[in-house]
Amino acid sequence: MTAITLNIIVQGILTGLVYGLMALGLSVIFGVMRVVNFAHGEFTVVAMYAAFLLFDMLGVSPLLSLLPIAAAFFFLGYVLQRALVEPFISRAEHEQFILLVGLATVVVNGLLLIFGPDAHPINLPYSFDSYTIGPMFIDKVRVFAALGALAICVALFLFFRYTRTGTAIRACADNLTGAGVVGLNVKQLYAVTFGLGFACIGAAGTLMATIADASPGLAPAYTLLAFVIVIIGGLGSMAGALVGGVLIGISEALAGFYIQPSMKSMFSFALLIIVLVLRPQGLMGRRL
Amino acid sequence: MLTVDNLSVHYGDAQALDGVSLTVDEGAIVAIVGANGAGKTSLIRTIAGMHRPTAGRIVFGGNDIAGLPSHRVCDLGIGQVAEGRQVFPSLTVSENLDMGAMLPHARPHRAQNRERVLAMFPRLSERLGQAAGTLSGGEQQMLAIGRCLMGEPKLIMFDEPSLGLAPTVVHDVLKTIRDLNTGGMTCVLVEQNVAVSLKIATRAYVLENGRVTLSGSGAELLADERVRQAYLGI
Repeated sequence: MTAITLNIIVQGILTGLVYGLMALGLSVIFGVMRVVNFAHGEFTVVAMYAAFLLFDMLGVSPLLSLLPIAAAFFFLGYVLQRALVEPFISRAEHEQFILLVGLATVVVNGLLLIFGPDAHPINLPYSFDSYTIGPMFIDKVRVFAALGALAICVALFLFFRYTRTGTAIRACADNLTGAGVVGLNVKQLYAVTFGLGFACIGAAGTLMATIADASPGLAPAYTLLAFVIVIIGGLGSMAGALVGGVLIGISEALAGFYIQPSMKSMFSFALLIIVLVLRPQGLMGRRL
Repeated sequence: MLTVDNLSVHYGDAQALDGVSLTVDEGAIVAIVGANGAGKTSLIRTIAGMHRPTAGRIVFGGNDIAGLPSHRVCDLGIGQVAEGRQVFPSLTVSENLDMGAMLPHARPHRAQNRERVLAMFPRLSERLGQAAGTLSGGEQQMLAIGRCLMGEPKLIMFDEPSLGLAPTVVHDVLKTIRDLNTGGMTCVLVEQNVAVSLKIATRAYVLENGRVTLSGSGAELLADERVRQAYLGI
């Protein structure tokens, strides 16, 4: 393998970890509530704009605004679930679909209305710096973004594994009737879950803003991307979302470099089709 | 302690319960007997707050709890050992027990309650780190009962606790229920094994098509000709 290929693969892994964090939000929400957040990419782009505004108007680095934006998105998700999604939980799937697609349309057009269709880059002083490791040049911002994404994924994993609230959320996903039997407050746990999914979006969007320019056009592409990643990794599997994200990151980077950047999604979908044929439950998903 | 007054429940157009009334005194074992589809599980789940009644009152400890969400009902002290055990299969035994103690009133005494439950079911303490789905049916039933006790209930509703268990295990489960009752626990028992449940019940109700058609002490119903023909096959 040539040094340049290795270099591209490493860059792809770093971007893929941010993709993985975004997809993790979708996976957590679906895994627990069986609701597919069709507005996932739209809200990711909202977070990118939030990071852009904080940087542009107040000069706050995205690495500093990461946690505040994630916290604000947790709150946003919590309120959205309580006010909008909760009444649809027990309804037919196509009704949930319309609700969330409708929300996505409102958000993306709202962004167009406020910011227009142009891209808004965040130009950090170190945006074009890179680390030299042997023959490789690794973008500094990508390293920071990947480390941030990884840290948040680990924190989320520890939360689900070791806290009582996290265990209670897993219990709801495991046996909803059982959750009612022992008196878990399912509505509230669902709202917390939606909030956590949105915190992933907030964090992923903020990190993404350092490596891609915010524009409303990205939104539907990101929704689809998160969806592809989660299906490749296995619906409801936390580790699967990260693995899927990294795979897509690598495939996009290689296709973008060796073939054409505009054709990178073609390879993501090819990967999706291969996984669906060979292992329909996804790489790390439970058998269907 | 618990009074159900004229309770009706509908699922869409279908009526599951039609004006059911019953009383559970403190310290009693009340058996609810009836064929499949008579409304036993609907009755238990409605009392537990998992279904919303269309009419009637459920009074527990002086409060009307009809229509309260299940987490509020549980926190008032009505525990449930549900049909099919309903443990969390991918959670460990230890985590399952913890989930029983998420109720605000039981949370502070988690450690003592856990000790008490593990003393009662030593088998569970050998399996604390094991996923509940890998336990045998009898062990899962112990876990379901233990998990319920972690919530410090004042009354426990058992829904088909012996269903699908080996005969020797059935004996253990029924003995556990009796022991709990001897220790002062009020119990509601829905059980397919009608002869046994009437034998240990202080009071019993027969449900047919969502209505109470007969009630009396366990011994009275055990001697009743209609009960003997319909449920005991004598």
